[in-house]
Amino acid sequence: MVKTEKKCTCGGMAASDADNHARLAQVIEEYQHKPGALIPVLQIAQALFGYLPKDVLRTISEGLNEPYSRVFGVVTFYSFFSQVPRGKYVIRVCMGTACYVRGGQAVLAALEQELKISVGQTTPDRVFSLDVGRCFGACGLAPAVMVNDDVHQFVQPGQIKDILAQYRKPTA
Amino acid sequence: MKKTPKVLATAADLDARRACINTETKDKIFMCAGGGCIASGAMAVKTALLAELKKHKLDKTVSIVETGCMGPCSGGPILLMGRDNVYYQHVAVTDAAEIVEKHLLKGEIVERLTWKEGPKQKSVPVQSDIPFFKRQTKIVLRNCGIVDPNSLDDTIGRNGYQALSKMLTSMTPDAVIEEVKKSGLRGRGGAGFPTHIKWAAARQSPGDVKYVLCNADEGDPGAFMDRSVLEGDPHSVIEGMLIGGFAIGSSQGYVYVRAEYPLAVERLQRAIEMAREAGLLGQNILGSGYAFDLEIRKGSGAFVCGEETALMASIEGRRGEPRPRPPFPAQKGLWKKPTVLNNVETFANIPFIILNGGDAFASYGTAKSKGTKVFALAGAVNISGLVEVPVGTPLNDVVFDIAGGIKDGKSFKAAQIGGPSGGCIPAEYLKVPLDYESLNELGAIMGSGGLIVIDEDACMVDVARFFVDFVREESCGKCVPCREGTRRMLEILTRICNGQGEMADLERLSTLGNSIKSTSLCGLGQTAANPVLSTLRHFMDEYKAHILDKKCPAGKCTKLVTYDIDAEACVGCTACARRCPVACIAGVAKGIHVIDQKVCTRCGTCYNVCKFKAVRRNGKTK
Repeated sequence: MVKTEKKCTCGGMAASDADNHARLAQVIEEYQHKPGALIPVLQIAQALFGYLPKDVLRTISEGLNEPYSRVFGVVTFYSFFSQVPRGKYVIRVCMGTACYVRGGQAVLAALEQELKISVGQTTPDRVFSLDVGRCFGACGLAPAVMVNDDVHQFVQPGQIKDILAQYRKPTA
Repeated sequence: MKKTPKVLATAADLDARRACINTETKDKIFMCAGGGCIASGAMAVKTALLAELKKHKLDKTVSIVETGCMGPCSGGPILLMGRDNVYYQHVAVTDAAEIVEKHLLKGEIVERLTWKEGPKQKSVPVQSDIPFFKRQTKIVLRNCGIVDPNSLDDTIGRNGYQALSKMLTSMTPDAVIEEVKKSGLRGRGGAGFPTHIKWAAARQSPGDVKYVLCNADEGDPGAFMDRSVLEGDPHSVIEGMLIGGFAIGSSQGYVYVRAEYPLAVERLQRAIEMAREAGLLGQNILGSGYAFDLEIRKGSGAFVCGEETALMASIEGRRGEPRPRPPFPAQKGLWKKPTVLNNVETFANIPFIILNGGDAFASYGTAKSKGTKVFALAGAVNISGLVEVPVGTPLNDVVFDIAGGIKDGKSFKAAQIGGPSGGCIPAEYLKVPLDYESLNELGAIMGSGGLIVIDEDACMVDVARFFVDFVREESCGKCVPCREGTRRMLEILTRICNGQGEMADLERLSTLGNSIKSTSLCGLGQTAANPVLSTLRHFMDEYKAHILDKKCPAGKCTKLVTYDIDAEACVGCTACARRCPVACIAGVAKGIHVIDQKVCTRCGTCYNVCKFKAVRRNGKTK
């Protein structure tokens, strides 16, 4: 991993990282005695940190008294968990049947070209990550693209720039 | 004025609360707020309508009800005018003023937004006259598109929790199971196992702690029935689970929802909280002594977790890997306790069965499959969306009468039903009744209800490859036949799509497919070969064309497609030559262009950019 990634330019990041760890400790406390707590805790941790770095996994492993190997096994099994930093917006291009037969592939190709990354990667500015989705249940609106929790419907390769622009500007 | 009880301590309280609910629709505008319509911009339409209502001082009298999915997703955003049942589709923000001024104030119909039917595009304004709605029978979706999923009173006003109340005041657990048996309800998740047998087995299993699980891990690509039910009528699912819990003697339930469905999770969570506040979940429900509560568990993106034992492993916080049975979940399920697991649609049927009796439910359907089935229609049909029909309705009726036939006047080639576990039904079997047995005979399955219509433009070998690629990726890797077998099948299919297949490959596919089917550990592997086996059975000609003639008849497999330019039609605009990524098109402005076949990568850019229909794919123009 590139060292400069840890250096952040936004200023407040370091403090919020400490906040996140404090919040994680609270979550572990809260879930400690619940049966089957591991996956919900990992989901919350991923939402807090944006991904699941090793130190977070170790904290969870110790906090929930689960072997690290098991935590690691679960993280690598489920496709929603990521051990590398993800973009602020995760773009998922639906490759379900309906979207596939209605041109999902062309939309994906256009996104790859526009963002200059391929599936599974994140843009250097960490704004966007690109993934392939397995049906969002928006088949009536195929092809569909999800950006975090927003669904975009009947997406044509030509609209990609406009869609990305909506997410690029309001960062301030 | 009668007093509305907030906490429903007894069945009488529920009746009293229902009596206070105003079910008058005259001054209501129903707006579809299903996931599809929200993506189409329904919320902006609502804001615009509210502003218009305010402008005309109607905001105190007319209200907008956000409902769940109304069905025809491709027509969104959708409005249903409560006053006269007039249905508007493709409503834009700019239409709000006209709807308020014309429809609400003058009582005139805004024709340009109404439903259009048939080749002459005749306007059919009233919802109950529209064939799409008229031909459906709604049991599961009885409240979807009518109630506000965020309002408990809306549901109670439509007899919500009435089945629960009836059961708690007058039925024993055995009587509940007997009623479900009488209904003939079979699991709607795909396999079609009789629900009452599962329930009776879990009831008979010894133990104080038992669990009721709802499978909302709707992973089949092309399926969105469960999502729509959870988004549109979460209380029916909660009520169904409450009834299931009472029948088997459980006090705790879990709903396992896909992570891809954030809106369904949000609405279900809110519905659970409302039910809890009203005393419909928790201790001593309606004063009966029955205790039951629910928790949501979110999936993390693993298709195999739709399999029952994998789902339970996932709730337990482990990798979602299936295990062999027996023991069956009804004996040893979640945390090794007796467990009943049913799908969303199955639970949504339960309140209807208990309230109206098993016979009422069994009056729909065929001799062996009772009730209705919800299908998610998508692909090459004119109207894609959600439909519910009696089990046994012919495929033909669904595709042509309800969904309005094939888009752009193309011809029907196949219906893919049951997702990656299902198969393709060709045009000669369009009359097949949609029931478990008839579909099995054709090598397809009822599945959870995903129904994708495929037109002449799709290549069936490519479709088979798509599904095999899907199961290969999603195979958990625990058993060899599924892990290795799907990979080998994908290699063979890819070879065929690339024009390197041989006739012996077809034999290999069929032998391999059948052994994966009979030796895999769980349902994922056992059905993984169905898309291949069913296309081999019904579309052998297409496989042969790929292998013997090295041609893809649909023009989908890029390596087997040729592009050339019709000298008669080419005007020499240079558009294709400028866009060609490998610069293999020769020709000067106003001169005829020619593609160098040796260099061409068959990307199709020239075909797409040509405005003069001069570029041909496999000899055919656009």
